[in-house]
Parts: sequence; structure tokens; C-alpha cells
Amino acid sequence: MCGIVGIYLKNQDLNPELGGLLAAMLVEMSDRGPDSAGIALYRDPVPDTSCKLTLYANGSYDWSALQREMAAELAAEVKLEIHASHAVVVSSVPVATVQHWLRTERPELRIMSAGSAIEIYKEKGQPREFVRQFKLHDLNGSHALGHTRMATESAVTTEHSHPFSTGMDLCLVHNGSLSNHNRLRQKLRDEGVDIQTDNDSEVAAGYLMWRLREGDSLEEALENSLKDLDGFYTFAIGTRDGFAVLRDPIACKPAVMAETDDWVAMSSEFRAIAQLPGVSNASIWEPSPATVYTWGQ
Amino acid sequence: MTAFDLSSDTVRALNQHLHQTPSGELSVTNPGGRHCIACGIDSPVDVSIDGHVGYYCAGMNKDAQVTIRGNAGPGVAENIMSGTVRVQGNASQYAGASGQGGTLIIDGDASARCGISMKGVDIVVAGSVGHMSAFLAQKGRLVVCGDAGDFLGDSIYEACIYVRGKVGELGADCIEKEMTTEHVKSLRQLLAATGIDASADEFRRYGSARKLYNFNIDHADAY
Amino acid sequence: MSQEKSLRPSATFPQNVLDEIHRAADEGIYEIRGFGAKRTLPNFDDLVFLGASMSRYPLEGYREKCATNVVLGTRYAKRPIELKIPITIAGMSFGSLGAHAKEALGRAATSMGTSTTTGDGGMTEEERQSSKTLVYQVLPSRYGLNPDDVRRADALEVVVGQGAKPGGGGMLLGHKITQRVAEMRDLPQEIDQRSACRHPDWTGPDDLEIKIQELREITDFEIPIYVKVGATRVSYDVALAVKSGADVIVVDGMQGGTAATQDVFIEHVGIPTLPAVRMAVEALQELGMHRKVQLIVSGGIRSGADADKAFALGADAVSIGSAAMVALGCNRDLYVEDYAALGTAPGYCHHCHTGRCPVGITTQDADLEERLRPEQGARWLRNYLSTMVLEIQTLARACGKTHVLNLEPEDLTALTIEAAAMAKVPLAGTNWIPGNNK
Repeated sequence: MCGIVGIYLKNQDLNPELGGLLAAMLVEMSDRGPDSAGIALYRDPVPDTSCKLTLYANGSYDWSALQREMAAELAAEVKLEIHASHAVVVSSVPVATVQHWLRTERPELRIMSAGSAIEIYKEKGQPREFVRQFKLHDLNGSHALGHTRMATESAVTTEHSHPFSTGMDLCLVHNGSLSNHNRLRQKLRDEGVDIQTDNDSEVAAGYLMWRLREGDSLEEALENSLKDLDGFYTFAIGTRDGFAVLRDPIACKPAVMAETDDWVAMSSEFRAIAQLPGVSNASIWEPSPATVYTWGQ
Repeated sequence: MTAFDLSSDTVRALNQHLHQTPSGELSVTNPGGRHCIACGIDSPVDVSIDGHVGYYCAGMNKDAQVTIRGNAGPGVAENIMSGTVRVQGNASQYAGASGQGGTLIIDGDASARCGISMKGVDIVVAGSVGHMSAFLAQKGRLVVCGDAGDFLGDSIYEACIYVRGKVGELGADCIEKEMTTEHVKSLRQLLAATGIDASADEFRRYGSARKLYNFNIDHADAY
Repeated sequence: MSQEKSLRPSATFPQNVLDEIHRAADEGIYEIRGFGAKRTLPNFDDLVFLGASMSRYPLEGYREKCATNVVLGTRYAKRPIELKIPITIAGMSFGSLGAHAKEALGRAATSMGTSTTTGDGGMTEEERQSSKTLVYQVLPSRYGLNPDDVRRADALEVVVGQGAKPGGGGMLLGHKITQRVAEMRDLPQEIDQRSACRHPDWTGPDDLEIKIQELREITDFEIPIYVKVGATRVSYDVALAVKSGADVIVVDGMQGGTAATQDVFIEHVGIPTLPAVRMAVEALQELGMHRKVQLIVSGGIRSGADADKAFALGADAVSIGSAAMVALGCNRDLYVEDYAALGTAPGYCHHCHTGRCPVGITTQDADLEERLRPEQGARWLRNYLSTMVLEIQTLARACGKTHVLNLEPEDLTALTIEAAAMAKVPLAGTNWIPGNNK
């Protein structure tokens, strides 16, 4: 059980403030999710010839050595930015090459996200502490999702935290509890989807990735999830250019949306949205059950 | 008039004050979507809240008049016993849940499960209500000037539903019933009391078919 | 002369299964009954105490004190509940029980310095008057729930589920919905009550946290808020109850009773109390909340021995429901012809759902209720509770404890492999706890 937040900036003049806006929303969701926090930021898109990965190291790590070795062994330009326990690595080679190298040469590192704009940070502990550690107020971007976690059926670890990355520039945050994720996890593994934890939300993320790989559009994949996923859920999905929201047909878990000329926001509770500039003029509504909503280009 | 500004005062201080106030007017500013504002009041005070509130605003209200000049989160006026709660904006899920008396008025729309488990409250919605509204509704009246979502009145007991707009799929054991002159008259009085401009003649009535009152194998798939 | 061939029963289709299938074929509905799980389950009988010996010294009876008091709700409440004995009376509704039974429970509990709990029908005047410490349940149905009773309760108990039917809602059949019951529950008389299994205004521990805040606001933070769960995924549930802000957690094992539920639910859903206690305590310890958020355990507690074993595993108190009813006369050898009229006999009766309780407990019929005079019921229950307390103290003293809550798992050993694994207590004569090496 958890809190989820999302914000998409229609007015790009606000891009430098994205981190600060997200931070305020995240902290409002601390009561719903005291165990861990995570965000997906879409920022500083890299050119088509490059790829961006977010990496997580458990404990202190020699990131400069990693940068040097990657540059040397991949014969690539490698830029690296440290964010608390994570590092954002931009390489001028195809993503499959980098992922393969990391998995073979540096298996101790966890790949949190891959794409051209996405960065995912996740950490145990209170949201307020997360905001401080990751200096969220200094970060810019075009859109972001955030999640605060109250662990229901799996452990409180970084790996079990949301957002879960489902593919290039794709991620999912979830509030609710799936009831058929165990059987589905096995089926997805049989289909070659890499699912690492026993967390139900990771299964939802894996399911979406599988459907997209099979050729569904994002809307189709989400429509299919209504059939195949059982339980109670509000999902927010991040894409390179925007985000999507879906509630299950029973729709007991909360979800509030708000929109102004400058931004579109979503949250589990209105009080997270109450922080945003211009909210007094926002149109505010609740997404209908079993209906896919998408925003962005 | 006493005033509380929730950007500096706490919800706790506000509620404590309300629990000790026998009468009078009180205004609340900057509610910021906070939860449990003005819950558990049991005296005829008049509370005006300027902005959007979170969950359970005016929960278990007794005797008070509470006006929310904004939207309300889930469970507004849940278990209301008496008095009046008015939401000038929209209300989220479970509005008026298990309310036993008094009146809840929503000038905008109400979301899913409006009037769930209601036990005597009157709920009047100027806009539309979401799915599963009046689920297990036992007693009281739900009036919807707009449309009602699917599964209206599922498992309904003796509560009475009036809808002016479209109704989706009806819930188990809920059927359309005759609008007698008595019903029109009582609805007209209720609408007049809330100040909502709608003509009682334009509404249809829904209620229990009473087939689930005692178990009968022939109705097993309604369960 | 040829011998008659012996009749050969089927273990898969024994007589009671055959009877049940025939009944279902006749009636087309599941069997609804009262009482708790009747089948054999691992329980506290499979644990025994290691009394004093050369290495551990006992306390003298009577002179050397063994204290039994407990405080519940110390986490947030301004007025925690102080009990003289660590045994409370579990939630049972007025509606499933008659007024005399509720009054008897209240009187006995008050005289022993402990609490009773309302049930799925609201608070009656009789119970509030007769019970000095009354815990008021907030259930999915919300029948009769009102702020006046909330404000005059000594604690609130948010019921997520109960051991007999975790995931199910309340049930009361038409013949027990008398005028009084109907009025309290806002239902038409004589109908079969359909109840919700989820709360109407919250789903999930993240929303429960806000609901608990609301209850605290309404009661000005004065009284403790309990959260009750039926024992299923106990480790997760206890952790989530703590995170939602509960002061006290009640865990009700599958042996927990009911007045009316489907037999399949009673017998096939939930886990026994024995592993549930240990799982709940471990979850509390992992959060550093053991003894800070108190744990009450129920579901087939029958004697001071059962209670002490629950304390040794880490519970702060136990709650009795079925046992309290038995003390009031349930299944007693009286009015035998009335048991027979129901198709049962003393010792076998689980017919609470019929409203024809031969001993006047689970009935709304005035004539039947007369068979249980509140003063007599109170005396019986008081005697039973006193006996339990003496048993608790005797065993605790034998283990060298000056307070019953100083009992610990090392005071126990297990007689079966299942009990050893479930309670994480070594099998007698060995150091072996099965399943300990993952």
C-alpha cells in the first residue's frame, strides 16, 4: 500500500522546477508510504546515438573507475553523474551493448532504468530523507513519477521499491495489491521477462513490458492488463513523452487528477496536488475505473 | 466568528475546539486537502471551509452545518447522524458512507460508492454519481440530478434512489419503481430544502426488488 | 454359516461428507452454522511447559506473588486500558447473542477487572451499564455505529476480519432479526442479513491509517484503537497494522468462533492460533514494537494453560469467545429435548444460527432467554475466569515467574513436529526446530 504522484509539465518554462514540485508532492505522501521512496524523472534527453542508464550500488562505490573502464572497454564517450547511491551513465553506444557489459563485468550493480531521458532513483527510508539525499530540489525535467511505499507482502528493500522499469524509458508505480501475481510471475519468466523480486508491482511492470514486446501499443497493453491482472490497483506509467493512468474495475484505491494550463498532475490524495502552483484554478477530477488515460506528445 | 488557518493551526486544534464549542460560527481557511477536518462535531455550530478537503471531512457529524467551498476527498460526512454537510465542489468516493441521518448535499459530482451502506441519511447530488452508488443501502434517500454509474443500488435494502439522468447497469436486486404522487411530493420537499433547482417530476425511482431478503436457490446467481 | 462381510467406509467420502452432499442436493445452499472449526488442528495441547527443576526455581503458591495485570494501548492513547487479568471477552454481537448473555458477560468481566467487546450490531445499554471496560467494534457493516457510543467507549476495535471467516462479513439469519435487532441495525425485520466484507470507506492499510486518524480525532486521542485480523498472512498484517497506527493488535486464529457462517469458511480458511501467535510476535519484534503495540490473541483459548502458552510465545493478553459461552452454559447437559429438536445433543451443538439456543445464550426468543439469568451467567463466567487465572498463576509460578508476561518461548517444548515448526519451539528431547534453516 502506498502513495503515488505524477506531474507532467505542459509549460516548459517550469522544467527547472520539476524536482522541487515533485519533492513537495512526495513528502505529502509520507504517511501512506513510510518504508521507502522512489522517483522516475524524465530529463536531459540524450541523442539517438547514445543511451542513458541509472545504476545503483549497495554501499560506497568507485564510480570514476567504472567510468574509465567503460569508456576504455566500450570505446565510447561515457559521462557519469552521481546521485547519492545511484549514478546516471550516458554512453555513446547502443543500450544493449552497455547492458551486456554491465551484466558481465559489473554484476554487483543494479540497472534501475534504461532509455534516453528516464532516470530512476529508489531508496529505503522516509520520503523527506530521500528528497534531501538526492537533492531533488536541484533537479530539472519535463515530467516525473514518484512513489512512497508501505510494504504489504514483500520485503522493504531498494529492489522492492517502485518505480519498476518495464523497458526503454518506461516505468510503473502502483498503489494497491494484486491477487494473482504469483502465477503470472512464473508465466512471464517463461516468456523470458526478467523478474527479480517477489513484489506484485514488479509483475505488473513485467506484464506491460511483455505486452509491448509482443507489439501492443501502450493503450492496448493497459487494456489487456485489465483482463489479466487481478486485484486492486491504481497504476501510473511513465513514458518518454508523458504518462498514463489506469484504475482497476472495482476502483477502491484512490486516484485524483488535476490540470492547469501549465501542468497535469496525479496523486493518491489531493493534498499532494494542493502544493502545486496555480492549483486554485485547476480542474480536478477522478479517473474512471477500467479506463486508460494518457497525456503527453 | 472564530477563524482557523490550517496553514498555521493544526487540524487537531481545530477539532478539539469544535468538540468544545456549543454553538456559533467558525471559518476554516487553507485546508490544503488535509484529512479529518471538522469530524466528530456534536453541537449546532456553523463551519465554513474555504478550499479543498481530504478524507473524512465532517465524519460522524451531529447537529452541525458544515460547508466545504471546494472539493471533498473520500468519505465526506461518513456516518453522519444529523445536521447538514454541503460540498460545493465534487466529492470523492464513499460520500456519506453509512450515514444514519441528516443531509449531505453535493453541488458537483460524487464519485464511486456514493451512499454506500447508508442507514437513513438523505444525500442530494446536483451532478452525477459514480459506480456502485448506494451499494448495500439500507435506509434513507439518494437523489441524483445527473447520471448514475453502473451497479446502482447493488444489494439494496429499503433505501430509496431518485435519478433524473441516465442510469448505467443496475445492481443486484435493484429495480425501477413507480413514482407515486407521495414520492414526488417528498422529493420536491427535499430538493427545495437543499436549494437545488430541479423538478421532482423529472426523476425516476429505484429500490429493492426484495428477492434477496431470504435466501432462495433460484436467485443464487444474484449473490 | 457364512460370516457377514464387514462394511467398508470410504475415507474420502465418510458418512458426514455423504450427509453433507445429500443435504446440499436437497437445499441448494451451503451449510451455515455457529461455533468454530471442529476438525482436529495443531493447537496449544502440543506444547508443554518446562517447570522448575535444578536449574530453575519455582515460586511458592499464594505467598510469592505472580502478577497478572496488563496495560493495553500505551502507544498513543491518553487513557490506556488497565486490566487486572490478561484475559478479555471477545467481540460477540447483540443479535447473535441475547441481551441476558451480553449482560452476564459484562458483569463477570467487570468483577474480574477485565473488558468485554461489542460485536456486529452495535452497543447495547445493558452492556455499557454492566461492563466497566467496553471495547467498541468498528466493523464493515457499521450497524448501529454512532459517535455517542464511540465517545463513551473505553477503546475502539477496527475489525478487518475474524478467525472463523477471514475475508467474510457478518451474518445473521432472519429468525434472529427481531424488532429490537432490526432497529439497532436499520434493517427490516425477519430478513436474512447480507453484510459487507470490506469496510465502506477505506480499503488497504494506507487508507486505514487515515481512518484511524479520524477515529482518534473524534475521540480527541483519549482512547486506544485496536485492529483485529483473522489469522491468515499474519506477518504482513501485523506489520501493516503497526504502520497504520494501531495501539493494540488482535489476532484471531482459525479456531475462533462465530454464531453464523458457512461451514466451508469456518473449516477451510485461516491458520490455527498456534503459528499465528508466533508470527505476530516476530512481526512486532522486527519492527521493534513488541510490548509497545500490545498483542491480544484469540481463537480456541480454553484454559489457563492455553493462555500461558500464548503469553510464553509473546502475547500480552488472550481473548475468549467460545469458552466464555461454554461457561455461560453452551453445550451444557440441560434441556436435552430441545437440543434433540434441533437435531443435535449436548456436546455436539453448533446451532447458534437457528436462534433456538436451548440454554438461552444465542437467541432473541424471550422464553429461551429466560433460561439464562444474567446473575447466574455472570457467576458461572466469573468462576471460570477465576479458575483460568489460578491456572495461569500456578503454571507461571512453576516456571519461576513473578509476572505471567515474563513467560518466554524457552519455557516451552513441543510434543509434535508440527507444533515445533509452528511455534518455533524445539521438539521435546531435542534441539530441533523444523524449518528453521531456510
